[in-house]
Amino acid sequence: MNTIATTDPLKTRSRQRSTLRGKLQDALPQIVLAPSFLLTIVFVYGFIVWTGYLSLTNSKTFPSYAITGTRAYERLWRWTLESDPPSSWYTSITNMGIFGSLYIGICLALGLLLAILLDQKIRGEGVLRPIFLYPMALSFIVTGVAWKWFLDPGLGLEQTLHHMGWTSFHFDWIKNKDFVIYTVVIAGVWQASGFVMAMFLAGLRGIDGEIMKAAQIDGASSFQLYRRIIIPLLRPIFLSAFIVLAHMAIKSYDLVVALTSGGPGGSAWLPSNFMYEYTFKRNEMAVGSASAIIMLMTISAIIVPYLYSELKEKAR
Amino acid sequence: MAFLQISSLRKRYGSLEILKGIDIELDEGGFLVLVGPSGCGKSTLLNTIAGLEAITQGDILVDGNSIADLHPSKRDIAMVFQSYALYPNMTVAGNISFGMEMRGVPLAERKQAIEKVAKVLQIGHLLDRKPGQLSGGQRQRVAMGRALVRDPKLFLFDEPLSNLDAKLRVDMRIEIKRLHQTTGKTIVYVTHDQIEAMTLATKIAVMKDGLVQQFGTPFEIYNNPANMFVADFMGSPAMNLLTGAIEQANDGLHVTLERPSGNPVRLAIPARLQGLEAYAGRQVVFGIRPEALTDPEGADRNAVAVVENECLIEVVEPAGSDTFAVIKLGGKEVVARLRADARINAGQNVRLAFNLDKAVFFDPQSQARIA
Amino acid sequence: MSGHSQSASGSAVNLTRWINRTVIYGLLVFFAIVYLMPLFVMVVTSFKTMDEIQSGNMLALPQSPTIEPWLKAWGEVCVGLTCAGIKGYFWNSIKMVVPAVVISTVMGALNGYVLTKWRFPGHTLVFGLMLFACFIPFQSVLLPMATILGNLGRFGNSLEDTIGTSLGFGNPTENLVIVHVIYGLGFTTLFFRNFYEAFPSELVKAAQVDGAGFFQIFRRIMLPNSLPIIVVTVIYQFTNIWNDFLFASAYAGTGDAMPMTVALNNIVNTSTGVVEYNVNMASAMIAALPTLLVYIVAGRYFVRGLMAGAVKG
Repeated sequence: MNTIATTDPLKTRSRQRSTLRGKLQDALPQIVLAPSFLLTIVFVYGFIVWTGYLSLTNSKTFPSYAITGTRAYERLWRWTLESDPPSSWYTSITNMGIFGSLYIGICLALGLLLAILLDQKIRGEGVLRPIFLYPMALSFIVTGVAWKWFLDPGLGLEQTLHHMGWTSFHFDWIKNKDFVIYTVVIAGVWQASGFVMAMFLAGLRGIDGEIMKAAQIDGASSFQLYRRIIIPLLRPIFLSAFIVLAHMAIKSYDLVVALTSGGPGGSAWLPSNFMYEYTFKRNEMAVGSASAIIMLMTISAIIVPYLYSELKEKAR
Repeated sequence: MAFLQISSLRKRYGSLEILKGIDIELDEGGFLVLVGPSGCGKSTLLNTIAGLEAITQGDILVDGNSIADLHPSKRDIAMVFQSYALYPNMTVAGNISFGMEMRGVPLAERKQAIEKVAKVLQIGHLLDRKPGQLSGGQRQRVAMGRALVRDPKLFLFDEPLSNLDAKLRVDMRIEIKRLHQTTGKTIVYVTHDQIEAMTLATKIAVMKDGLVQQFGTPFEIYNNPANMFVADFMGSPAMNLLTGAIEQANDGLHVTLERPSGNPVRLAIPARLQGLEAYAGRQVVFGIRPEALTDPEGADRNAVAVVENECLIEVVEPAGSDTFAVIKLGGKEVVARLRADARINAGQNVRLAFNLDKAVFFDPQSQARIA
Repeated sequence: MSGHSQSASGSAVNLTRWINRTVIYGLLVFFAIVYLMPLFVMVVTSFKTMDEIQSGNMLALPQSPTIEPWLKAWGEVCVGLTCAGIKGYFWNSIKMVVPAVVISTVMGALNGYVLTKWRFPGHTLVFGLMLFACFIPFQSVLLPMATILGNLGRFGNSLEDTIGTSLGFGNPTENLVIVHVIYGLGFTTLFFRNFYEAFPSELVKAAQVDGAGFFQIFRRIMLPNSLPIIVVTVIYQFTNIWNDFLFASAYAGTGDAMPMTVALNNIVNTSTGVVEYNVNMASAMIAALPTLLVYIVAGRYFVRGLMAGAVKG
């Protein structure tokens, strides 16, 4: 009896300690994940809220924290309608429309074409593939520098063709405020289309060979095979590539700066440039913040449904 | 008191109940096989014994002590996984001794233990290889070595043979049985293969939908199935379950099985089978295993109640050691198991012997055994 | 007779096949030339003298190749008012990239491990929130971050005044490390999560039965088998952080701490004096070399990283 009485408290104490340690052990995974999660919550979502808040103030050079309402958005809206002469915001968003649709469209088309060409049991595929893809490894700044030189009327392509005797050749888009955005498209496509090609190529290689054999036995020509069978099968790749390109297009900032320095009179601006200029150079912090929030909402409209369906599918 | 005791164990994921109250008792040195179709909860049950999944309710006792709240490594168990789960970055020796290393066993002692196990399983020449360089059978041995070296109170096997080809599976089955006989350890073994269950077990728990349908020795499970599910699941080819009608006649109870030809088979029910009187004039499910429905020459000589009847053979399947014949009876396709050299052809009328010693009856509604 | 017609139709098939192949190879070679052109012009120009550039053909090989522009770019070229070449900025980038890559990769690996092998209720939501962070336009966090970093800088200054050292608070390079770690976490977590998702859970269970704890399993079982995804993540992060311009110009846009990309942009867009195109191109090449080198050495992993970053979930 006596011994039991003495061991009893010891036992409970050791059990208590072990449960405390046990609890800590059980929570260890969450403890490890917590810093990353908190950083994300604060520095991504907290900062987005902060930016949203700033967009509702009249912050100029320095942040002010008195809410003054939606004046910044109203100004952006007014500028949206101000097409003649175009406001900087009007230029930025029309450029976004031109750049976004051409960049995504051409990248998809060119990427698919290159992938299909490379998939024809080509000799030297190992040499060609890296050639199409290497621009992706370069910084937008380097890309911009290279293309700026290449497209410069006095130095680059135009000059070279003049040297070769084609003196009537004229190509000055990079200095032309109406066309400068198209040079951004050219450089952007050059940089990203190889990556789209790699995605499509991976998709093509993943298609079940028996499906192709079956289609051939059914009498489909090569063209029909691609149009009716293969390209429809690549639908998920189109979606992934679209998402990646769309988000790269909206984020594009460096390329415009390095290639055009903003273009004549800011004619090559995208919303990302608008935001940077208004926030840091023109001391219109509230307007800059409002434009950032509009950019975020545009991307979210594309990304959130995509991520939601992807994660939901995974969870099933 | 039983060595392994599982009492009213429940496991819930949110609103989904995977295990709905499991009670199992196993004596020391026993070989318990958990068998059932996929999704029946057998692997979950094994994982709760291992401590890899927490239980919602109930208790698990080993040797009288509850292990339900212990970490897997503190339960004195060893486990062999379906994919073997060999650490690909470690050598065979490293794999076998990793657990000892984690427990802080000195190097010299570890080496000794590895050598001992390697000798038992004849994997001495593999000790310096990585799992990627081993064949399926060798991996299986190493996985068993990792369990053996621990010398645990309880061995857990999670479908250990399902990744092997048919021939190797038979070899390893024998090996596991021999291991059990020589070491005398208590084993819990999960499989969906009823032949493995029959050959290895001292006790079988047939599971379905999170419940134990029947718990007993292989003989009991095979010959006295508790319900239609167990009868159908255990045995290959499966037991024939056909609809029949019970009739009370002057010369005792009979069961009548319809035939497409319109000439029903009428079988006298032996006096051994009690409790069918209440079903007179009603439909029941009549169960007879293929080996109890055979050619008269191949029928069990010790059987008491053998009835012969002429049946139309629809399909013949010679399987080498036996010949299977398919007939139409009681609205079902019924398989009969004949001697290999029984000369029969499809379309013939052949006399078949019904061994009613082995016949069982089920209630068509509750699916439970009547007699 | 029939044999004759067969061989005739056979040669027609051969002819169309030959035309097809020619068109395919022709297109491929054409595109290859187009894709290589800017790099070729950059390299060629960087080895030319200014005289040759002004008089000669952009596409011509240098007549008297010189490494003078490279030396000048490395050691003498002016960035703003400082004329000490880009070597200092090159090292700035290295000092920023290495810690940022290491820290974000380690954290991503741990996150991926927890999110696949130690799941808890709500793990999908946590992952979803971290994943979405990969896609936000960084403009939407640019300003608050600038404010926080400014405060860190003031805190560093007051530390310096009181205890004689800032302990690194407010150092622009360290600021950029913090920024790149935080905004790279989504990507590194994604990479490791997707990799560990396919990593057999039975190995983790076996290790648990063997008595290994949370960190032991990570160090002894997970990490030794993660080499491919570590390489992918490191390459992806290295390329992204090295090439970043937005954060670099916002938080270290002036002074001695600016990274390579900002310095290059300053060199190229400077409006004072004669523009030395050969030096510009050499500078651009130096800025491009680390990532190009990575691409050439480990192209396979580079592509895998891009794909993993592209195909989510």
